[in-house]
Amino acid sequence: MADSTTSRMTFTLDSSLDSVNKIEQTAEQYATRAGFDEDTIPHIAMAVREAAVNAVLHGNAYDPHKHITAAFETTSDTLVIRIADQGPGLDPDTLPDPLAPENILRGSGRGIFLIRAFMDEVHFRQLHPGTELTLIKHRTPAQSGT
Amino acid sequence: MSMKVSTRQVDGITILDLSGRITLGEGSVTIRDAVRDVLAKGSNKILLNLGDINYIDSSGIGELVSAFTTVKNSGGELKLLNLTKKVHDLLQITKLYTVFDVKDDEASAISSYTK
Repeated sequence: MADSTTSRMTFTLDSSLDSVNKIEQTAEQYATRAGFDEDTIPHIAMAVREAAVNAVLHGNAYDPHKHITAAFETTSDTLVIRIADQGPGLDPDTLPDPLAPENILRGSGRGIFLIRAFMDEVHFRQLHPGTELTLIKHRTPAQSGT
Repeated sequence: MSMKVSTRQVDGITILDLSGRITLGEGSVTIRDAVRDVLAKGSNKILLNLGDINYIDSSGIGELVSAFTTVKNSGGELKLLNLTKKVHDLLQITKLYTVFDVKDDEASAISSYTK
């Protein structure tokens, strides 16, 4: 039975792969409690993991003096996850299309693509410094417990 | 959480049996090192058995692509065996399913390599 109660949690973590794993696990817990099905939960967790990897690897570049912030919020109709870094900033319009023939054999560059594939909405916001990604998945009425 | 790899030889093909997660960090590095070891030993016909891979992220996908191109550039062949549904779906989404030569039966995979 899905939990329809609005809940939120925010935590600040260092720029490490341990942080990525913790954020991924938390996303999975929130997605489960929000009532998403067994196919959707891993997709949400993966999208959030990709966002956290981007923050740690490309944003903060593992800088021990920089942190990432992860915020999770479940409302009656959405699951919202925000991941922020303190890096140089990211312009999503400059990202190469990983499906283009000239990019298909690249060894990287698929993270944002997968985030967009698995979430209903993805928003970028420039911080000063850093980037915040907002990932949104809509809950159905049954998932909302209404 | 980590990935494990074991290596065996069948009819001149090197099979890498992988299990666990292929993610940024340990899993990706493990694959890279394993493929390099095989190539360094003079074999360039490699079959990656992904039947026990329960999770792969974009870094892991990238590592599979890099392994594929590395082996291809060496004149060899790298094929994938026993994709789980999750890995299969990810390769479909990223349009890599048709880039790789994907097999679901080890015997026919072995016989498919150029002799």
